[in-house]
Amino acid sequence: MDLLKLFIKSAFVDNMIFAFFFGMCSYLAVSKTVKTAFGLGMAVIFVLTVTIPVNYLLENYVLKEGALSWLGAEYAGYDLSFLSFIMFIAVIASIVQLVEMIVERFSPALYGALGIFLPLIAVNCAILGGALFMQQEQYGTTVEATVYGFGSGVGWFIAVVLIAAIREKIRYSNVPAPLRGVGMAFLITGLMGLAFLGFMGFEI
Amino acid sequence: MSEVAEIEKQVVKKDREPLFSKKNKKLITDPLNDNNPVTIQVLGICSALAVTVQMEPSVVMCVSVLFVLVSANVLISLIRNLIPNRIRIIVQLVVVAALVIIVDQVLKAYLYDVSKSLSVFVGLIITNCIIMGRLEAFALANKPWAAALDGVGNAIGYAMVLVVVSFFKELFGSGKLFGVEVIGDSIYEMGYMNNGLMLFPPSSLILVAIYIWIQKARNPKLIETH
Repeated sequence: MDLLKLFIKSAFVDNMIFAFFFGMCSYLAVSKTVKTAFGLGMAVIFVLTVTIPVNYLLENYVLKEGALSWLGAEYAGYDLSFLSFIMFIAVIASIVQLVEMIVERFSPALYGALGIFLPLIAVNCAILGGALFMQQEQYGTTVEATVYGFGSGVGWFIAVVLIAAIREKIRYSNVPAPLRGVGMAFLITGLMGLAFLGFMGFEI
Repeated sequence: MSEVAEIEKQVVKKDREPLFSKKNKKLITDPLNDNNPVTIQVLGICSALAVTVQMEPSVVMCVSVLFVLVSANVLISLIRNLIPNRIRIIVQLVVVAALVIIVDQVLKAYLYDVSKSLSVFVGLIITNCIIMGRLEAFALANKPWAAALDGVGNAIGYAMVLVVVSFFKELFGSGKLFGVEVIGDSIYEMGYMNNGLMLFPPSSLILVAIYIWIQKARNPKLIETH
């Protein structure tokens, strides 16, 4: 039950887009049509579910204060957490590259759907943001961290598909000229964010 | 002998463009309006929206971005001919991440409260698309001095939006500027109330939308067709 709670919390209450604005750049860039939004959304879910647990292990067995104690008692005093930015981003960039190669080799159909989006993801702040929040929250087990990653990915996916659908429709409306395009996307996201505020303090 | 050297010097001088030529000035002024990184290129939105509840953290954020962007632009521009094309993104990420670690450690040492309130957003400067975007689009193809100016221009363009948004958010949200009360008690007694909605994340989206609206209304050539 706790895992379900964690999932709902990360997907809706702490939605990456509406509560923290993670990954806004790619969110605005790909949300012109539902099809591309769907592709990038799936890729984000996938990459978050893979990278968060890996970064979790890295944090707990290498970076955290005392995390190196499995090497021997003399290593117990090391605190490498100042290296976490560079380690996390290196892990993310290399996993994205790896995932791209694996998908290309074993599932050309999926590669066709996700292919162009995967390289973009290395610099999507949702992925690094998820890793940094995972570090802050101190999840107890790898399973919890994985569920957190998956949940945040789903939240991002929902947000990007929703706004893409709205932007497809709004093309036929008479928007004031200076607001067309990006301006309107910001306004819509703001209004959706107000709606998502309703989840705040939501207890299950 | 000395005459020849003098003439050579003059020739060299002629070939060099002045440090602040028209083209170089444009590198700084362009990102302020016509090519603003936040409102026109739509880059670096996450941090621009998330840190703006108060002015102090957003000013600190702007200075950090200025430092990282200028240094990264210069460093990448210096080694641009040595970077193999295939792994350039990883090289850029490592350079930026190293600079961000410096910023993070300095903030933790000297401005601990601000660093706490910025929380993960200092780390997210690494994936701030302004930095990656400028490295890809400009630093990889230009000389260090031009890259430095481009960095300054874009960082100031980013800072403008952040300062404006955080000014309104802090003023209307908590009646303060830089943590100092500016709305007097007498006004509160007349029935004025702080707008609590300004403290929530969605209001910065709406403020940026209004900023874009005003900017594009004053500068019609920026209007998008859709």
